Amino acid sequence: MGLTYEFDWGVLWRYPYGMWLLKGLGLTIAIGMAAWIIALALGILIGTLRITRYRLLRWFGTAYVEVLRNIPLLVQLFFWFYAGPMLFGETLSRKINHISGLNIWVSIIGIGLYTASRVAEHVRAGFASIGRDQYQAVLSTGMTQIQMYRYVIIPYALRLIIPPLTTEFLTVFKNTSIAMTIGVAELTFQSYQIDADTFHGLEATTGAMFIYLILGITVVKFMNIVEKKYKIQGLVGR
Amino acid sequence: MIEIKKLNKWFGDFQVLVDVDEVIERGQTVVICGPSGSGKSTLLRCINGLEPFQKGDVTVDGVSVADPKTNLYKLREKIGMVFQRFELYPHMTALQNITLAPMKVRKWSRRKAEEKARQLLERVGIPDKADVYPANLSGGQQQRVAIARALAMEPDYMMFDEPTSALDPEMIKEVLDVMIDLAKGGMTMLCVTHEMGFAREVADEILFMDHGRIVERGTYEGFFNNPKTDRAKEFLAQILD
Ligand SMILES: Nc1ncnc2c1ncn2[C@@H]1O[C@H](COP(=O)(O)OP(=O)(O)O)[C@@H](O)[C@H]1O
Ligand SMILES: [Mg+2]
Repeated sequence: MGLTYEFDWGVLWRYPYGMWLLKGLGLTIAIGMAAWIIALALGILIGTLRITRYRLLRWFGTAYVEVLRNIPLLVQLFFWFYAGPMLFGETLSRKINHISGLNIWVSIIGIGLYTASRVAEHVRAGFASIGRDQYQAVLSTGMTQIQMYRYVIIPYALRLIIPPLTTEFLTVFKNTSIAMTIGVAELTFQSYQIDADTFHGLEATTGAMFIYLILGITVVKFMNIVEKKYKIQGLVGR
Repeated sequence: MIEIKKLNKWFGDFQVLVDVDEVIERGQTVVICGPSGSGKSTLLRCINGLEPFQKGDVTVDGVSVADPKTNLYKLREKIGMVFQRFELYPHMTALQNITLAPMKVRKWSRRKAEEKARQLLERVGIPDKADVYPANLSGGQQQRVAIARALAMEPDYMMFDEPTSALDPEMIKEVLDVMIDLAKGGMTMLCVTHEMGFAREVADEILFMDHGRIVERGTYEGFFNNPKTDRAKEFLAQILD
């Protein structure tokens, strides 16, 4: 019996499947971008907490990083999805469970919080590579601790850690595929849908792979521009 | 006036400063020298509160550094500091380095801050380097930008922590000339340096530190021609080598 596989690359653009892939891509980008904004903002904050003079803040920063980076993202996503709403009490949790697109919000927050723990570690490494006298030089001009971080130390450290941040930015988009496990119709989810509908999963998955690849290359190109623009003048080797 | 009264400081069990007493009057230039590890840098950092200390006190115009109610940020506004390795902000141009604190701390307009910064760059002899990044400046130029950055806050006091010891010999003079100019212009200065030519020209007093103590003090002539302790004699012999 001839079980030869008939390729049908048309599923990648034929109605409605092409539309499904596009919608999936849209959601992947939206979740990735939103999660990245959370990760960057929170990561910088947590990374800064870890080196302040206040023990309690330092402790909080360390606890955050260790908890979030040591639990698999998939488990965290399940936790936020199933248990997260209950953290707000019974009445509120019932309301939260009725929010439409809750799984999308949970993916954004879950991936954002997790990635923040990784960004925080890079930020901390950036701070550590800046010498003590540099901090003291800022303070010696009369600037406060907050001004010191805001205007000198954080902008300086971020420029030092652009390469690892590029990797994190890429990983955020790749991690959005995990959102399909809580029913988010992002790109990977859609390629599965096409398979279910047409039995042409091979083409659909290959298509999704290429789309991820193009997305990733775009991110890298974008980060190269950022790096060129912000690289510290004259620093060797970069 | 800066008064240092029975200042004692420990890093853990290790005592870095032992009963340091000193008075620096307005307009004076005081040079501090001594072997590496004798506590010179730490002393400067105690004066502007960058390092806490355990005993004694420092007062700047009557304001106590040890008093927990003292606003140290406010205090530092009037004490400029220059570091051995310049410590410019590498992601900012020379001009931005100089205008940052006046704009953020003193709330000056950008225009006013830039005008002041350009005057200062002129004064330290590099008016054409305003838009250059630190990495593209020579060491001597960087240190002059750092001096301009400190002066931009219009401080009443200036502290220098070995400002020329990271410089190539040919650049030392351009920095010292700026410092001499400042001292002669009436700035109150506290300089950690081993540049004895500088000390001869402008120092009102020289302090020699060893193991956290001021073991000798006097005028340039007194110290240089007639050191009393063996440690000072050895030290002078070494730096004159
Ligand atoms: N943050 C610190 N922690 C522990 N020891 C320190 C610290 N800073 C300086 N020291 C020690 O204090 C002593 C004096 O240092 P310092 O003031 O830098 O001396 P100097 O500037 O005269 O070379 C040295 O023995 C140094 O190792
Ligand atoms: Mg020193």
